[in-house]
Amino acid sequence: MKKILTYLLLAGSFFSLAGECFAARMVVEGSTTVLPIAQRAAEEYMNAHSEADISVRGGGSGVGITSLIEGTCDIASASRAIKEDELQKAAARGRAPKANVIAMDGIAVIVNNANSVSELSKKQLKDIFVGKITDWAQVGGPSGRIVVVSRDSASGTFEAFGELALDKAKVRKDALMQSSNQAVASVVSKTPGAIGYVGLAYLNGVKALKIDGVKPSKETVLSKQYKLSRPLFMYTNGKPAGLAREYLDFIQSPAGQKLVEEEGCVSIR
Amino acid sequence: MENFTKIKEKIYRGGFTALAFSSLVFLAGIILLLLKESLPLFRHVRFSDFIFGRAWYPTASVPEWGIFPLIMASFWVTLGALFICVPLGVGSALYIHEIASAQQRVFLKPLIEILASIPSVVYGFFGMVVAAPFLQKAFGLPTGLCALTASIILGIMAIPTVCSLAEDALSCVPDSFREASYAVGANRWQTLMRVVLPAAGSGVSTAIILGMSRAIGETMTVLMVAGGAAIVPRSFLQPVRPMTSTIAAEMGEAVMGSLHYNALFSIGLVLFVITLVFNMIAEMVCKRFRLKLGIDR
Amino acid sequence: MKKRFSQRIGFGILWLCMAATLFFLGSIIYFIVVRGAGVFSWQFLTDVPRKSMTAGGVAPAIAGTVYLTMGAMVFALPLGIACAIYLNEYSPRGFIVNIIRMSINNLAGVPSVVFGLFGLALFVKSFKFGVSILSGSLTLGILVLPLIISAAQEALMAVPQSLREASLALGATHWQTIKRIVLPNALSGILTGAILSIGRIAGETAPILFTAATFYNRGFPKSIFDEAMALPYHIYALMTEGTHPDQQTAIAYGCALILLLLVLAISASAIIIRQRQRRFHA
Repeated sequence: MKKILTYLLLAGSFFSLAGECFAARMVVEGSTTVLPIAQRAAEEYMNAHSEADISVRGGGSGVGITSLIEGTCDIASASRAIKEDELQKAAARGRAPKANVIAMDGIAVIVNNANSVSELSKKQLKDIFVGKITDWAQVGGPSGRIVVVSRDSASGTFEAFGELALDKAKVRKDALMQSSNQAVASVVSKTPGAIGYVGLAYLNGVKALKIDGVKPSKETVLSKQYKLSRPLFMYTNGKPAGLAREYLDFIQSPAGQKLVEEEGCVSIR
Repeated sequence: MENFTKIKEKIYRGGFTALAFSSLVFLAGIILLLLKESLPLFRHVRFSDFIFGRAWYPTASVPEWGIFPLIMASFWVTLGALFICVPLGVGSALYIHEIASAQQRVFLKPLIEILASIPSVVYGFFGMVVAAPFLQKAFGLPTGLCALTASIILGIMAIPTVCSLAEDALSCVPDSFREASYAVGANRWQTLMRVVLPAAGSGVSTAIILGMSRAIGETMTVLMVAGGAAIVPRSFLQPVRPMTSTIAAEMGEAVMGSLHYNALFSIGLVLFVITLVFNMIAEMVCKRFRLKLGIDR
Repeated sequence: MKKRFSQRIGFGILWLCMAATLFFLGSIIYFIVVRGAGVFSWQFLTDVPRKSMTAGGVAPAIAGTVYLTMGAMVFALPLGIACAIYLNEYSPRGFIVNIIRMSINNLAGVPSVVFGLFGLALFVKSFKFGVSILSGSLTLGILVLPLIISAAQEALMAVPQSLREASLALGATHWQTIKRIVLPNALSGILTGAILSIGRIAGETAPILFTAATFYNRGFPKSIFDEAMALPYHIYALMTEGTHPDQQTAIAYGCALILLLLVLAISASAIIIRQRQRRFHA
């Protein structure tokens, strides 16, 4: 019994001690699309500034923005712009989310290398993903069943694709839901009749389609000619200050933008 | 002094009683919180539409909240897992009980118990990097992440649980049963199949029900290998989206207090009720087993 | 003749079942050990993640898992033992005790993801602990409570009734008997149960998914209100949210190996201790 008591006391004092050295830690929370960039930037930033303490969480754009409004995170990363009702909620709590664009993201539509189709209109793309078009012959290819590959409905890319390409229509139910960009690319590269969508960095071993006549590339994404592209944000409460500001400055600097490119997004510079 | 000791005794007794009731509080708390967080959904969605609706589109502009595909996915995957864990788990238990030598038994029983502690995320990881690619090649599938892979991995995962519990049940059968059977000329196999196994029958079924309950509530494995398509499965080679993986995959994305958040808690409630029923059945069967063999605890 | 033949076939099938069980479980361990060994090194255990989590080590995740597990035990161990003492030493057999027993049994069967929901709604949201080690520890603690209670109860039950009677006959009070006679005798059994439960919660992922886990940080957690990386969550996150699947899968193998070794070592030691005790008592 005594042993247990001492054990408890020890553990208790350990935790209270731990609680006392309460240091300011910056929390970056939100979009899973931005997650790799946020992580990489935090890592490089802390390499240069060993006193900084940054924690990076996923969760999703909506979760990040909610946390920012409630004050439980310092920076909310988001793959979409803040919504009107979110702004109102923030105002009611005396907070003023400010958008900082950190990168551009392009979503490429990919098919198997053996597929002779090389271009789709946005309308055809939507019809394929919602299930109105089911055979490649209907879009000018050789006849064969279309296998639709999609990202898991929890991913930010799924949400973005739904908004940019499908006008929020529902993806056909029997689509193969994959948990990562890499998994989508590998299924498409192994399945002759497959069509899927991935970030620009994942075009190995598959063919990217032109959409409405525009090929996805860094240039067409930056010039917004390519339709399936979007800016990536990091929201702060008011103008960023202190560590948050230095972190954002770092991401927007040439060195930070190099990381953005390495993680498969398009630099804003 | 005398009085003081008495008061002290009373205090201790009261303290322990209060602490013991905390487990009751936690169970009640879980139920209450699940109800509290899930009920707002049913102001917008009819309960029958929620259970029997065939479309799960929580993030669409006109969301649909039908979890029938998710329930079916959970049952399919669990059923598939039973095909693996029941024969292998009970078979191994019979082997340990009847065939294994004393040295083998001393080694095998703890080994199975130790293996039961392998974390589910490790099984899920194994399923993702080894089993799924293997099955994809073997069956020529568009994706290896499907109900079949999930069933196999879940089944393997439940083997140690089923085996340990079934072995416990077998060893509860009194030796006199067996001796009587030998005395009338039955051999070891006949005795095992017609006397020992039936006598331990309800104990073994308890093991199976608990294994099943573990499989239906398992999260990480199915989240990583089941594929995640919210369709009512028609074949084991399709990707599916069981209830547990839906909660785990989407809770991070659901904004607190939104309808999506409430819907995920409702799924949790359904899951809770299903496992509760399983456990109660297991407990009843177990009680009958103990009565039958005259074991009282 | 036919009888003996059917026995042969039957035993053959049982042998195959055992072999298949060992083969499946063995192959999982084999793959993880062989492929995980490649990245396993002193640096992997002690360094922080580097280069987008494709290099370096997983020290923060190991530390997070240790913190979460310890926190859970600090909460669940005293509560679980107290509950077992009540049920075994004080409880008047009756309706209420039956209800408590039943709720413990049912609590043990609740899926871990439902505990995660509970922790999210209660600790993270209502109590405003946020996503933190505290929330995660409490959630894991409640999850493991039934396990500790039943292990402690078993240990208490193993203490011979005669010892209690002797103590009471010598004039010791009920509590004195429990403190000086029952608990010391049951202690090793209780500890075995506690060690087994540590093995169980160290590998749990679903309950910490929304209550404690974070994708990346570098400093070790400084307070119980900090979020933390954790080994099991790290495996999941690397496999589903990374952008460099090839290198990150290798790291995930390393994490799986650490977790596997940790959990197997913990439960093996508990089971060996228990085996020894049984032999000692027998």
